[in-house]
Amino acid sequence: MNSDGDIRGAVHSSARHDSARAHVTGSARYIDDMPLLPGTQEIVLVTCPYAHARIKSIDVAAALEMDGVRGIATAADIPGDNEIGPIFEDEPVLADGVAEYAGAPVVAVAADTFDKARAAADRVVVTYEELTPVLEIEDALAREQYTYPPQTMTYGDPGAAIAAAPHRIEGKLRCGGQDHFYLESNIAMAVPRDDGDLDVYSSTQHPSEVQHGVAKILGVPSNGVTVEVRRMGGGFGGKESQPAIIAAIAALMAEITGLPAKLRLRRDDDMIITGKRHDFFFRYQAGFDETGRIAGVDILMGMRSGNVADLSPGVLARALCHADNCYYLPNAKIRGYPCKTNTVSNTAFRGFGGPQGMIVIEAILEHIARELGISLDDVRSENYYGVDDRNVTPYQQTVQDNIIVELTDRLRKEVDFDAMSEAIDDFNLSHETLKKGLAMMPVKFGISFNTPKLNQAGALVHVYADGSVHLNHGGTEMGQGLFTKVAQVVASVFQIDLNNVKISATRTDKVPNTSATAASAGSDLNGMAALNAANTIKERMAGVAVEIFDSTLDQIEFRQNRVYAGNKSLSFGELAEETYNRRVQLSATGFYSTPGLHWDAKSLVGNPFYYFTYGAAISEVVIDTLTGESRVLRADILQDCGNSLNPAVDLGQIEGAFVQGQGWLTSEELVWDDKGQLLTHGPSTYKIPGSRDVPPEFNVHILEDAPNRFPTVFQSKAVGEPPLMLAISVWLAIRDAVSRTVGYRHLPALDAPATPEAILNTVDEIRGRDRG
Amino acid sequence: MTINFILNGEERREALVSPTRTVLEYLRQDGGLTGTKEGCAEGDCGACSIVLVRNGSKRIEAVNSCLLTMGQLDGARVVTVEGLSDRGGELEAVQAEIVAEDGTQCGFCTPGFVMALYALRHSGETVTDEVIHDALAGNLCRCTGYRSIIAAARAATAVPSDVPGVMATAAPAAAEVYEAQSQKFISPRTLDDLIKVRGEYPEAPLLSGGTDLGLSFSKDRKVFPVTIFTQNVAELKQIVETDTSISIGAAVTYSEALERIERLYPSFATLIRRIGSRQIRNVGTFGGNIGNASPIGDTPPCLIALDTALALYGPSGVREMPLEAFFLDYRKTDLATGEVIASMTIPKLSENQLFRTYKVSKRYDQDISAVVGSFRLTIVDRIVTEARIAFGSMAAIPKRARLCEASLVGQPFNAETALRTGEMIREDFQPIDDHRATADYRLRVAANLFVRLQRDIEGADNIEVTTV
Repeated sequence: MNSDGDIRGAVHSSARHDSARAHVTGSARYIDDMPLLPGTQEIVLVTCPYAHARIKSIDVAAALEMDGVRGIATAADIPGDNEIGPIFEDEPVLADGVAEYAGAPVVAVAADTFDKARAAADRVVVTYEELTPVLEIEDALAREQYTYPPQTMTYGDPGAAIAAAPHRIEGKLRCGGQDHFYLESNIAMAVPRDDGDLDVYSSTQHPSEVQHGVAKILGVPSNGVTVEVRRMGGGFGGKESQPAIIAAIAALMAEITGLPAKLRLRRDDDMIITGKRHDFFFRYQAGFDETGRIAGVDILMGMRSGNVADLSPGVLARALCHADNCYYLPNAKIRGYPCKTNTVSNTAFRGFGGPQGMIVIEAILEHIARELGISLDDVRSENYYGVDDRNVTPYQQTVQDNIIVELTDRLRKEVDFDAMSEAIDDFNLSHETLKKGLAMMPVKFGISFNTPKLNQAGALVHVYADGSVHLNHGGTEMGQGLFTKVAQVVASVFQIDLNNVKISATRTDKVPNTSATAASAGSDLNGMAALNAANTIKERMAGVAVEIFDSTLDQIEFRQNRVYAGNKSLSFGELAEETYNRRVQLSATGFYSTPGLHWDAKSLVGNPFYYFTYGAAISEVVIDTLTGESRVLRADILQDCGNSLNPAVDLGQIEGAFVQGQGWLTSEELVWDDKGQLLTHGPSTYKIPGSRDVPPEFNVHILEDAPNRFPTVFQSKAVGEPPLMLAISVWLAIRDAVSRTVGYRHLPALDAPATPEAILNTVDEIRGRDRG
Repeated sequence: MTINFILNGEERREALVSPTRTVLEYLRQDGGLTGTKEGCAEGDCGACSIVLVRNGSKRIEAVNSCLLTMGQLDGARVVTVEGLSDRGGELEAVQAEIVAEDGTQCGFCTPGFVMALYALRHSGETVTDEVIHDALAGNLCRCTGYRSIIAAARAATAVPSDVPGVMATAAPAAAEVYEAQSQKFISPRTLDDLIKVRGEYPEAPLLSGGTDLGLSFSKDRKVFPVTIFTQNVAELKQIVETDTSISIGAAVTYSEALERIERLYPSFATLIRRIGSRQIRNVGTFGGNIGNASPIGDTPPCLIALDTALALYGPSGVREMPLEAFFLDYRKTDLATGEVIASMTIPKLSENQLFRTYKVSKRYDQDISAVVGSFRLTIVDRIVTEARIAFGSMAAIPKRARLCEASLVGQPFNAETALRTGEMIREDFQPIDDHRATADYRLRVAANLFVRLQRDIEGADNIEVTTV
């Protein structure tokens, strides 16, 4: 499906990840692999052991005497502002006066080696006065303790609609958080330059924010700090706002010691100190008719913001904007409460509130189904957004590209859902202790940052006189294949083979003022910016070709590494050289801003999304009613990627997101003790899926012939986050298995994650209810 | 006094490195071999996997370099990801297939996967999907969802194994005492020597596989003046099988014993495959699992149910005791000062005996148990004449369920007695709540395992979700 001629690696082809070979040979360099300059300092943090405490005193005298120690910093040593919040100014880098979670960095120690820094950190004496922590979402709700004011989205008259509806339900639900568990933990290295400026190497999805954070901490202008990232060992949102904290400390210690300084969080520290996916507590009411069609909903979302706001406003807004999922809610009140707790500040994580928004509406629909004694999918059919009517979201954006009905119908038909369900009944009849379940999950996900200003991107493209191309843009590579995709775009514009396009590290001095590589929008934004830059150069080169060939512009064609005018042609390299010879610029910047976006963050009304992506998954699971163990037996996925820029890369995104979502909903359980200490802070205690947990039958397909109806880069669609929510099918299938044990007579009281213990509790409880 | 080993085909003699420096740090910081990554430093993510042929061994095994100490390398051969192919050169089959299947995204876990699969490819095993999962259980990937890596594993292991060149060279002779940076690393060759050294340094830790002790180096940054290494003690490496029993030396690794255990006690072998990961089992030992006396160790309940006898060796000779008497209290054993665990002897099952063990944890692979139940029943004419039942993770020590046993003996083992016996669990155990499970869950599951056992014995199909 190479629609753009015969060059190698055009858009829509499955070009290999540019670093694949470097990955398998171990030569791909991450920040901790960089050779160290002489004198490079290792940094170790002293963190607060209490969830909430007043810092009474800090004594670093003994630590400073230790061998190899070159510098120690507390909040008092920060030359600029001790503030790093990405949205609100509420987040200190080093705790000052009060520490608000167990793990809050208080002191940074720099020494010649990690062990020396660690030994010195052990000698830092901090005295605390313990304060009463607030640890639970419900406690914070009761105290009305928030990191910023709650937000309510209202559409229609939900109170009246629910009251007037023939059927009403109400319920509660809870979903857990999730650690990112990127294999490369957070790391930054700051290297002073001879003019006092700093080069910062940061494993970050957001180099510009690292730049701003470092500049703010040091009290210098942005042009004194340059941030570079070639690749991350995974990000998933965990390296959107968090790296600024890490880099700021590295920069501070470089400033204090005058030496290069590196801060690499060891795994446990990374899990304790940095934020995770927000866990949510939900209460809901819904009114509906006998077909299951919803008249109105009232949903309360208590999100664990943690000790500061961080990115919670964006996450909560997206949760509010996804509580509709694929369903028309004619009357809705969706209330979001960013609960302030004395726990680590939660942050961005793939889906960014979308998964939490969707899980509650799915639970509501299932509740309706049980209440009416009909199937979940029948309830869905009654409530799917219409194409021409019933197509306005609770935030008043009209859904213009809805394909969910055809997509889900197709998937159900392909897997023969009804036959699978019957086979499951047979299995369950013949198995006393093991029970299977089956469920579909439809997903509609809004693409664009909820905050309109972030929807912009820049790129820088050079064509050298030999025809080789250098590409740079504001997007970052965390494994998702963005660099490959954007390079494919540039190769396709110039119609040259992909290997002629050199991919380069993201740097704030090449492309400034960038947005985070997030919101699934990396290729939409940066691909378009690079396309614009390449087109600018291409037009100039075409102008030169017109002169050379003595032709008209419309006769010029870039094709198969050459440039043609009728039967005359030059190689791309020859034309580049001629362009240079004629003193025409071969370098250009490109810029892109997504059109048509607006959002009122107060009233929660607007057009926050450029378009929607759609997908559906069907999962089959089996549970053991003796132990609560579960296993996903099969998953079938159909995902809309528009005209995929790179089907192989997109397939990897879909599979990876699904399995990550499966982990969130099954084995990944964050446990805190009653003092607010995280007990699950390493892979020995926190269990992400392993290879055996992947469904043995895993059929993943990209929806074909589905160009984006909006003019995105080569009619593609974003892919990073949406498939994560397809894994809600696993959670629903587990609930289905539990429901089947009692003939669908009751609604299972199963929260997420569905650990073995949670499943066993649910099974025992629902059976107890069934016995009366 | 050097540590002699072969690294990627090249001979190394190290005289100055701390013997308890982790191999991972040595590779990355001293050797400039940064392909091997640190993901967790606790042997759970596999990003640091390398391939090791231990001194005197012919096994090509993946191990976690984060938990491996330099002293353990003496006489060994080591291959890292850099040893598989030159830059720009031809890729090893495992590497080539991972590239071909688009099995990398961020790439940070990739070298570890490459090494785990490289070990599998050259292990001579018959490869099935089960074996692939077994080989990869110690490698976490957060990006791909594994499907592409599994596909690459199938393809690469189908390529015939050539004898890898880096494996051809024999390792140099190993040294008995190594000293550097004020740290002694003593590697006795005989049990008598071990006892002598033990008497000389009663405080020194015994290092065998290092899958537990290694954490004190990798994460706790401890420095011991003396470390005693047991892997080169010939007697501790023996497996002796007679008509009635099998004796396994304390320094025998799980992997080394697995084949025999599979033959004698298949259910035990299934559980062993769930201990840690292959990387852990390739160095972890039975003696270590017993010696550290953790309440959550997986083998002790099995060994207790199997009526295992322990041989302890000290200055005054051998002392034998039933394993169940060895565990006194939380992390407290009957091991006397100067004594070491020498071996354990497991009776073979008689004709009317059967053994089953079940482990329940949050994740199937490489997870610490919420509950382990181990059952050896003697059934004559459908009546249980003897029952040895032990549970792990249910008390401060691995312990027999005496009341459950008593409830079962003299009864037929049917659905009704299974339920009744399970109810006795609450009399036998008072477990605790922790981040793995609540006490209540542990009790309910332990009771329900009798139901599973009964169905298993009567031959019901699909006893566990993994068999569906």
